[in-house]
Amino acid sequence: MKHVRLTNVHQSITFSRRMMLLGAAEAAVGALMIGRLGWLAVAQNEKYQLLSESNRVQLIPVPPRRGWIIDRNGKPIAINRASFRVDIIPQQLTDAKTVIPKVAELLKLDADDVERIEDDLKTTRGFRPVPVADNVPYEHYAAITVRLPELPGVAASRGFTRYYPAGAAVGQLVGYVGTANSTEYEAEGKNPLLLVPGVKIGKEGLEKTLEQTLRGQPGGQRVEVTARGKIVKELDPKPDRSGGTVQLAIDAELQEFAARRMGEESGSCVILDCLTGDILALVSMPAYDPNSFSDGVGRTEWKTLSEDPRKPLLNKVLNALYPPGSTIKPMGALALLEHGIDPKAHVFCGGGYQLGNRFFRCLGRHGSINMHRAIAKSCNTYFYAMSNRIGYDKVAPMARRLGLGEKFDLPVVSQNYGTVPDSEWKRRKFEQNRRIVERPDWTNSDTLNAAIGQGFLIVNPLQLAVMSARIASGRDLQPLLLGVHKTSPKLIGLDPKHIETVHHAMWEVVNGDGTAGASRLPFPDIQMSGKTGTAQVRRIGASASRGQGGEWKYRDHGLFVFFAPSDKPRYAGAVVIEHGMGGARAAAPVAKDVLTFLFDRAKAMQSLAALEQQWGGTLAERTARRAAAIKAAAAAAT
Amino acid sequence: MITSAIIPRPLARLPWRLIFLVTGIGGFGLLVLYSAAGGSMQPWAMKQGMIFFFFLCVAIGMSWMSESTIKSLTFPVYAVTLVMLIAVELLGFVGKGAQRWLDLGPIRLQPSEFMKPAIVLTLARFYELVPAGEIRRWRAIWPALALLGVPAALIILQPDLGTCIMVVLCGATVMFLAGLPWWLFAAPVAAIAVAAPVAYQFLHPYQRRRIDTFLDPESDPLGSGYHIAQSKIAIGSGGIWGKGFLRGSQSHLDYLPEGHTDFVFSSMAEEWGLVGGIALILAFGAVIRWGMKVSRNARTRFSQLAAAGLSATIFYYVSINLLMVMGLAPVVGVPLPLVSFGGSAVMTVMLCLGLLMALERQQRSTADLA
Repeated sequence: MKHVRLTNVHQSITFSRRMMLLGAAEAAVGALMIGRLGWLAVAQNEKYQLLSESNRVQLIPVPPRRGWIIDRNGKPIAINRASFRVDIIPQQLTDAKTVIPKVAELLKLDADDVERIEDDLKTTRGFRPVPVADNVPYEHYAAITVRLPELPGVAASRGFTRYYPAGAAVGQLVGYVGTANSTEYEAEGKNPLLLVPGVKIGKEGLEKTLEQTLRGQPGGQRVEVTARGKIVKELDPKPDRSGGTVQLAIDAELQEFAARRMGEESGSCVILDCLTGDILALVSMPAYDPNSFSDGVGRTEWKTLSEDPRKPLLNKVLNALYPPGSTIKPMGALALLEHGIDPKAHVFCGGGYQLGNRFFRCLGRHGSINMHRAIAKSCNTYFYAMSNRIGYDKVAPMARRLGLGEKFDLPVVSQNYGTVPDSEWKRRKFEQNRRIVERPDWTNSDTLNAAIGQGFLIVNPLQLAVMSARIASGRDLQPLLLGVHKTSPKLIGLDPKHIETVHHAMWEVVNGDGTAGASRLPFPDIQMSGKTGTAQVRRIGASASRGQGGEWKYRDHGLFVFFAPSDKPRYAGAVVIEHGMGGARAAAPVAKDVLTFLFDRAKAMQSLAALEQQWGGTLAERTARRAAAIKAAAAAAT
Repeated sequence: MITSAIIPRPLARLPWRLIFLVTGIGGFGLLVLYSAAGGSMQPWAMKQGMIFFFFLCVAIGMSWMSESTIKSLTFPVYAVTLVMLIAVELLGFVGKGAQRWLDLGPIRLQPSEFMKPAIVLTLARFYELVPAGEIRRWRAIWPALALLGVPAALIILQPDLGTCIMVVLCGATVMFLAGLPWWLFAAPVAAIAVAAPVAYQFLHPYQRRRIDTFLDPESDPLGSGYHIAQSKIAIGSGGIWGKGFLRGSQSHLDYLPEGHTDFVFSSMAEEWGLVGGIALILAFGAVIRWGMKVSRNARTRFSQLAAAGLSATIFYYVSINLLMVMGLAPVVGVPLPLVSFGGSAVMTVMLCLGLLMALERQQRSTADLA
């Protein structure tokens, strides 16, 4: 380079050359831009047109009306009631500082609500309304509507709230609805419908399990919106479709009667149609009022309910397990018969049964006793001796055949299905956890305990009801909750002679010289058969009163399984009264009244009225009184 | 140039083809602004029309300046602009925040805008003074680097990355055309390629975010990538013929942010489609080609370099903006001159055009003299 003397000529050549280069580079950039423009506008036009449309048009979901739940006779169990609601549309709220206090005053909102509304307003985006109040009384709604012109951004509208005419009587059965929480919103893939004010989804029970049927198809108002959420114009709407109606096998009147008949007791009552398996009543008491739950549960209300020793939040039909006590003796008898025990064979009951150096007690001294008498008088000694003779591994299959330990195919949130023990089960359990079960092998004393429905054997009330229904009809029926069925399932394959023997003994329990003689049906021509049971909460001998008194939570459970009419079984069921101290004393009278209701409703209502007077009002009155007390406690707490 | 007996000679001697072209671009821009405001002259089109007309008059007025006047004003203008840049920096320091303009009563002056033509003229003047034999010497390089480096540093401190890049590119173009050795341009490109990851660490967080979203716009479609994503939707959804005047949903429903300023091209392309876009690009291309022709026809080294540098300024303005809105360059906040709402870009481009027209008139007068 140094040798070359650069001149103006050189410079001019360099300049033109570099100008050419610059021009070429500029042209290249121009071509690149035109190419890019063509790529975006032509090749990818379709994609961007879609994106532009999805920007422009938004759907404001219009919630579908939730489907009804009706009973077998078409009587409503869960319906929708017109209600009024107030929302704030953030986009139109120009003067939050004066509008919100005014609305709060008109609707009598408390400080918590106002705070919640202000929080929601901060996090909401665009046209999505913020709910102010749901289920507003008409006077408040009217007060808001007349002042709407001075309340920009406030919208008062009519909506629907879920209503359960039977209240607490169906609480555990149908569950309740509520506003979706963030987990539920995420679980549905951020379904925008769940964010619409007033949209509630099933939270418990059938409302939850039947959600997809009940919800329906949301419609929507299609609108053109700006990026900031302002609605520019309304386009043609998309209509909504109401949710489907679901018919249950339940008899709503029976359900309500049974719930009321439970009174202040804690327990459950299941009635099945023992020809089809339809569940006519599925009652767990005490229960929460789904109407008040559907409006949103207050913290105090929740706390009160969850701390209640009578467990109103637990569905005791499906999720509570009890030792069945003597109620399984008819099942035991069928097992004995099937394994060749002669029903006429006698066992001597001297007040118990000696096994090695342990004495297993009977509740009485029955002397020489056969199967029929053993069921009627609920003699433990007979079942100790006979079960020990065939071994429990031969009894357990019968228990399972009759529904114990079975998980039924039902649209319920959960079922606890308990245990039907046998030697195989015990060995498995021992291998899993050596501390719970002390010996891996099945012992004779395990057989003796299980034979009288104690020990390892635990079941839920629905299983007891299915057991009595299968014994009553001899059919392999499944409990059915949805729809009304007319056909009977096939026979279960028991010897009709065996069934007759057991039926006869169960008849004797109620109508002869048996344990439940006080609970005969008040009809000359309709009789009930059954079997009482008393399940120990504590081991016999642990307390002086043997579970027959003392503190409520240590008293024995009272159980009763039954069917009626005795000669031509149609209904079967089970009643469990927690800490009722005995099946004959607590459970059988309930069963008697509930069955009476099935045959003569007026008569049953009469006797119920007398009882409810003792208890201090009907179920609805007592629930309302309790709700008021909770409300007062909540108000006092804040 | 219109030769007619009816039109007075001073008017006829104006470069009418260029003026028509520029007025066409500006008028088209006003249509876009009218549409972006939802079919209204307010708040943008009317104001912008006045600004445009005013600066067009200024440019035409400047065309009577002689080359020697321009030369004599070059260094003083550069010095004043540099002082103003420092003043802005000090004000920004006092006011604790980004400061790009000086408030002078009714007008706000953005000195970095003046620096674009000023740096071109200054370097052109500098290289005119350097004898041909000295051009590859160190002393022909370092003063130019200093003249360019100081204002560039002041501008990036503001911080205004877009303007800084433009000033550096304008200056580099003049230096390149002046015949500086190749390695001087190749080395920084290589150095930037190496140093970019390091420099990235020193960028302002908002600048860093812009580069991130440029590299991966879908990473944050509701945050920083929103601008580019929505701009691409606007351009892409326009198709070949566009959605039609006043019918662009992206701009009218405010999905396209800055649809009247930096992203005005996207607003335009949505309504006028590929056809409108190509027309606008070709129109700008014609303006730039006219400027390059002025450079090629120039007799003096100063007018050669200045004309090339000034037309390159317009080119950089247009291309940085267009590459940005089409998602080919990071969002650096450079408006589309003559079309975007706002006075500074119009002012800069009109200054460049006025100077180009003055240089072009000079060629003709010398030609006439000869």
